[in-house]
Amino acid sequence: MSPTRKTREVSTRRGAAAEVQLRPERELRAITSQIFRIAKSLGLPEVEVHVDEVIDALTRFANNAIHQHVAEHGLSVSLRVVVDGRTARVTTNRIEEDALRSTLESAASLAASQPKDPGLLPIPGKQKYRPVRRFSAPTASLSAEIRARAVKTACALAENKGQVAAGIFSSGQSQTVLANSQGLFASYRQTQAEFSVTMQQGSATSWAKANAADYRVFDPQQLARKASERAERAINPVELATGRYTVILEPAAVLDLIGFLYYDFAATAVRDQRSCFSERLGLPLMGKNITISDDVYHPEQLGAPFDGEGIPRQRIVLVEQGVPRNLVYSRRSAKKAHKTPTGHGFALPNEYGEAPMNLVVEGGKTSLPEMIAGTDRGLLVTRLWYIREVEPYEKIMTGMTRDGLFLVEKGQVTRPVRNFRFNQSILQMLRNVEALGPSHRATAEESFEMVVPPMKIREFHFSEVTKF
Amino acid sequence: MWDYCGHSLDVARLRGAAYADVRVMHLLQRDLTTKGGSVGTLGQSESIGLGIRVVVNGAWGFASTDQLTRDGVGACAAQAVAIAKASALAKKSDVRLAPEGVYVDSWQGPCQKDPFEIPVEAQLDLLLKADAALRAVKGVTLSETDMQFRKIDSWFASSAGSKIHQRRVHSGCGIVATSFKDDAIQKRSYPNSFGGQHVLGGYEFIEAMDLLKHAPRIAEEAVALHSAAQCPETRGTLILGGSQLGLQIHESVGHPIELDRVLGQEANFAGTSFLTVDQLNHLRYASPIVNIVADARIAHGPGLGTFAYDDEGVTAQCIDIIKDGEFRGYLSSRETAHLVGLQRSGGTMRTESWNRLPMIRMTNVSLLPGTWTPENLIADTDDGILMETNRSWSIDDRRYQFQFSTEIAWEIKKGKKGRMLKNPSYSGITTEFWNSCDAICGADHWVLWGTPNCGKGQPMQTMGTGHGAAPARFRNVRIGTAFSNE
Repeated sequence: MSPTRKTREVSTRRGAAAEVQLRPERELRAITSQIFRIAKSLGLPEVEVHVDEVIDALTRFANNAIHQHVAEHGLSVSLRVVVDGRTARVTTNRIEEDALRSTLESAASLAASQPKDPGLLPIPGKQKYRPVRRFSAPTASLSAEIRARAVKTACALAENKGQVAAGIFSSGQSQTVLANSQGLFASYRQTQAEFSVTMQQGSATSWAKANAADYRVFDPQQLARKASERAERAINPVELATGRYTVILEPAAVLDLIGFLYYDFAATAVRDQRSCFSERLGLPLMGKNITISDDVYHPEQLGAPFDGEGIPRQRIVLVEQGVPRNLVYSRRSAKKAHKTPTGHGFALPNEYGEAPMNLVVEGGKTSLPEMIAGTDRGLLVTRLWYIREVEPYEKIMTGMTRDGLFLVEKGQVTRPVRNFRFNQSILQMLRNVEALGPSHRATAEESFEMVVPPMKIREFHFSEVTKF
Repeated sequence: MWDYCGHSLDVARLRGAAYADVRVMHLLQRDLTTKGGSVGTLGQSESIGLGIRVVVNGAWGFASTDQLTRDGVGACAAQAVAIAKASALAKKSDVRLAPEGVYVDSWQGPCQKDPFEIPVEAQLDLLLKADAALRAVKGVTLSETDMQFRKIDSWFASSAGSKIHQRRVHSGCGIVATSFKDDAIQKRSYPNSFGGQHVLGGYEFIEAMDLLKHAPRIAEEAVALHSAAQCPETRGTLILGGSQLGLQIHESVGHPIELDRVLGQEANFAGTSFLTVDQLNHLRYASPIVNIVADARIAHGPGLGTFAYDDEGVTAQCIDIIKDGEFRGYLSSRETAHLVGLQRSGGTMRTESWNRLPMIRMTNVSLLPGTWTPENLIADTDDGILMETNRSWSIDDRRYQFQFSTEIAWEIKKGKKGRMLKNPSYSGITTEFWNSCDAICGADHWVLWGTPNCGKGQPMQTMGTGHGAAPARFRNVRIGTAFSNE
């Protein structure tokens, strides 16, 4: 057992839930130093090390009671070696001296087992990073008991209204250290909390969710009340004819659709001719009111300010007033395209290259109530579900509405509507945006979190209707 | 490993657990990919740790750790107990577990050639040759290949006295040819899309797939799709190839029969199910020729849902799901069995890793073979469309309405396979679709397909499931809706 691998002390004070904390950064740095020492003894001059530690806990409830309540704590070490123009990665969660030596040997053996890669770049040197602060001590120490009490209150609300609540309240902390044998050292830690609730009233359902670095940013009971009120309004939906409708997409629905564009902005995807932007950069593919950036430094974003090779992430304007202007680049794709790396590369080796992971869609000034008030006939969409790509170049997506679809008539939300299936090109949708609201961090289930506005869109295509 | 299991169970018991079970798991994975003639991913990973599940004050707690020391696993057990006590603050009723025997056993799945003992050079050489064969066809703009191997060792122990060790090796491979031309991207995959085919078995499976033989065919089809006619929008007869039918079973039978979904436990995430408990033994799910089972036994075949014991120590079983078209059974656990009148769990609790709680998952949910041959099926079809290899899949959160698209299709006219069609899709309502099945091919054409990437649960768990299927025919199906503008 390595001296750096100490058993965390677990608090068992009466009335207190067990608490586990992240190791000090110096312990993770010591692991990297240990690896570089072993690598040197094995004659491996180029080594990259990722050390990741995760502490997560999640309280899950359904039928107005907790039914799953879990916690995990794990640390993993991922090593990449470069040997004579070849590279390979091996990951382990065993950090004894012998295990690390064996892992390095495995990586060297894997690397040597392939043809030489003429495009492989040497491991990068030291970098400078713009600091980001995304660690909330109160969130890191949020106890099982506090989560359980919040869940109990939300379930009581449901019971009082004759509803059934289901959802999660999770909290966690994580840290990553990336170091290489050329002296690069990057570290990052964050906390994250999430509350998601579905309220069911008979066969009607609605949903609300929030996610942030600090659990105090959102109020679980406010989310529970929002879902509860909407579930009440969703009873006895009417079936409408399929066709093209004006829709008002709440941010969660916008997020889940636009999230499917993220890999299309990768220079590698464009080079491989599998991006919807292949041979289309610089063309007006979207409306002039659409501007999309990737910005890890946005105050509502989470994530490390460096990529899988330790290159600092840059803020990149991807779409400017409807025109896709820029892509993101790893070191390798940048070299091929004679560009500068943007700090969006995945950990090597991989075939995908890079992707923007912190999308920010520029918002507008029309609030959601104003969008509703200005709509003669349309549909208000709470959330989308099971979205999949039907056609990659026009970016036609299919999926369902879920947890609250409402008819808007003459500026008022009038009736709940049975859920529809859509088949809709995202590019066409972004040419049909009539109004945008203010952008904020949104969270759903199909895409990673990003900063997006609600949108009012004309001629959104619903092709079929389901039974509820 | 048994010492860690024993000590954590002792700590849980001493701190008040009425029941506890523990899993130590060691997972080894190797991933190889190529793209455009070069190696893409070349990596291996290993993870070992312990997860313990306890019942205290009638409520569940679960904690996991990678600190495999006496102190580490003891602290983990104590944390699980503390979490269970917090859970009891918001419980409705006490956890009740269906009885199960006590087993002391060791089991190993079939594996003739350990893929981790096969030189990586040989594995990469095969992939690079397949990659070259794809690129040799003019018009292919992107070639991709992959292999994935997983070795899972688990040591399960319960406070009731069970001690079970299992070893399973999963192997998978696939190749994909993509062609970009004008304003369209078309692709073809073999033996299946989204990572290929996966089974419980060793490198002998990779050899049997004969990637080099099939690479030129799928590459030519990917290019030919550009000049193929668009799949029409119509309502008519549909024949599904086996792999697409496997995914159809997964989405429209496998998920709705999960009892945790039915009981509302997935309402916030994966969704619920139209198969409410009052439908059991009453619903005509499918036409009378349709028989579907959930079978985890090795006798069913080497699938991703094959094991000897599930992750709460229940023996592998074969459960009737649809018998002669009637809905007969759910996937259940020790906790949910009594809620549908069962005396015993169906043995479907599975976990992705040591740090995840076991949950109800599909095992091998399979359509039993019929009597037709593919040739007879086509000869018997006057006007229809044959669709193969999934391209996209989507179904609502209660599993009624679905839409699938496939990579390729062919017209069938007057009993003959005719011209190729591009951008095929079909959609429907689950029970209407299954009730329209009027022909299923026989055992010679039945394959136990592997779905390696089924996501469920919070925190999300990815699980491999098996789906045996042979080509089958469905009548009066809505076709071509994905590209409809109406």
